[in-house]
Amino acid sequence: MNAPQDVAVGSPRRPAPGTHITIRGLTKSFAGQPLYSGFDLDIPKGQITSIFGPNGCGKSTMINMVAGLLPMDGGEALFDGKTLSDTVIGYVFQNYRDALFPWKRAIDNIKYPLRIAGKTKGECDARADELVKSFDIRFDLNRYPYELSGGQQQLVSIMRSLAVHPEVLFLDEPFSALDYEMTLFMRDKLQDIFEATKTTMILVSHDLDEAVYLADQVLMLTRRPTRIAEVVRFDAARPRRPETLTSDAFIRAKAQCLEVFQREVRAREAAA
Amino acid sequence: MLNGRIANALTPAVGALAFIILWWFVTWLRWIDPVLLPSPQASARAIWEGFVGGNLLKDFLITIRRTLLAFGIAVAVCVPLGLVLGSSVRLYRSLEFVIDFFRSTPASALFPLFLVILGVGESTKIAVAAFGAGLLILFNTAYGVMNARKTRQAAARVMGASPMRVMMGVTLLESLPQTFVGMRSGVSFSLVIVIVAEMFIGSTDGLGQRVINAQMIFNMPEMYATIFGAGVLGYGLNLVFIVIERRFIHWGGK
Ligand SMILES: Nc1ncnc2c1ncn2[C@@H]1O[C@H](COP(=O)(O)OP(=O)(O)OP(=O)(O)O)[C@@H](O)[C@H]1O
Ligand SMILES: [Mg+2]
Repeated sequence: MNAPQDVAVGSPRRPAPGTHITIRGLTKSFAGQPLYSGFDLDIPKGQITSIFGPNGCGKSTMINMVAGLLPMDGGEALFDGKTLSDTVIGYVFQNYRDALFPWKRAIDNIKYPLRIAGKTKGECDARADELVKSFDIRFDLNRYPYELSGGQQQLVSIMRSLAVHPEVLFLDEPFSALDYEMTLFMRDKLQDIFEATKTTMILVSHDLDEAVYLADQVLMLTRRPTRIAEVVRFDAARPRRPETLTSDAFIRAKAQCLEVFQREVRAREAAA
Repeated sequence: MLNGRIANALTPAVGALAFIILWWFVTWLRWIDPVLLPSPQASARAIWEGFVGGNLLKDFLITIRRTLLAFGIAVAVCVPLGLVLGSSVRLYRSLEFVIDFFRSTPASALFPLFLVILGVGESTKIAVAAFGAGLLILFNTAYGVMNARKTRQAAARVMGASPMRVMMGVTLLESLPQTFVGMRSGVSFSLVIVIVAEMFIGSTDGLGQRVINAQMIFNMPEMYATIFGAGVLGYGLNLVFIVIERRFIHWGGK
């Protein structure tokens, strides 16, 4: 278990081996209320890191700052030592309805990032075909997003985020608006993608089962001002399948997460 | 089944039919002096003659031309301006008072000002109409941009789209439903101003001038025919916009 907050403040820590994203001295406050101050974090390459924490602790704010959607007040995030502008990232929003372009057909939504990257029409078509095959899509991508079901829309937005072969994929509660069956399906789909591409993934989830099930490590955050309460590893072999949910390793990891969570809640209550 | 369909198709006509019957009834009983209110038949004849043989069609087309010209200028200037203003909340807030003030000022009160600047002629009519319509379009576009959910813009940015590309490819489309509201009110407003201008600003043609002339020589059928023409124009423009909006903004409200 590594505990980054043990590190002395002021001495920029070297990233641990195998780190992809190094976050150092991240600082952010809203309306004078600090959310992050001097927050350090290493996110390993080619792994899935789940982020779990109470409402309003700053999960979205953190990944939005790292993905460049929100300015930081201070600090930096580097990807293999590169800045964001030299890095290809993908981002899957919680609310697919607000994230897809309703004026474009689903297939053109998927091609959009390729067009932005200046790819030719032929290249766009080829990549889109590839994605359609690998996702085994059986619905009509020539429809507009609002003509698709929620799960289909989220699938389209995941395909869109993967079109450019991102080095890092950010997912902010990607499945929370889907029904249970669709959620199970999408979790496994995401896992398949991960196994096929080994893309570094950062997944915010409110569902502890999901957070543990998909993760190589679960980042447990405290209430604001936000710190890392603990990083819980989960090393079960992949592919993980529904049986994983009843395995000893899973139950142990989840119990540990719950214990950390409750400790934080109690600490909070004691402080209040 | 068939009966139901026919009934559905005819329902909207019921009100119009009732209106014409009432009109006919009133003139038939001579409740109102026929000089003031000619019968539906006499008015229909005046409309027919005006459109087929007379000058009504010519004036009709002139008014359309002025209205669309003013509207076109308003769109060309105010949609881009609205996009820019709406993208910067601070900029919009700093100009909000000025925009609201002029928007609340009756555009007709500006005629004398524009007359002084542009003189009595075509350009004054068009300029005042464009000004009034433009403000409507401007603030609707700006509001459309400001109130648009920011997620799609964020999505485009995260995919590496340049600010210009986000603006043209996302923000513009995102604000389009609201922009259309502005355009629809703008075109109606522009028609109102053009007709008023034709009435009072030394015009020799157009529907407004025609109404006033008919009134002065007490040619009531002609006057009703022209009013009807103006009504058709206003209704038609609105309808065209609704159709374009439905086809073009297919995602609206979804
Ligand atoms: N634009 C903003 N202005 C002011 N406060 C903000 C803003 N955005 C976020 N906050 C505050 O920052 C805190 C963190 O918000 P954030 O959305 O990152 O939380 P979260 O962990 O993602 O929560 P949730 O689990 O509900 O998604 C919250 O307390 C929120 O009120
Ligand atoms: Mg959130």
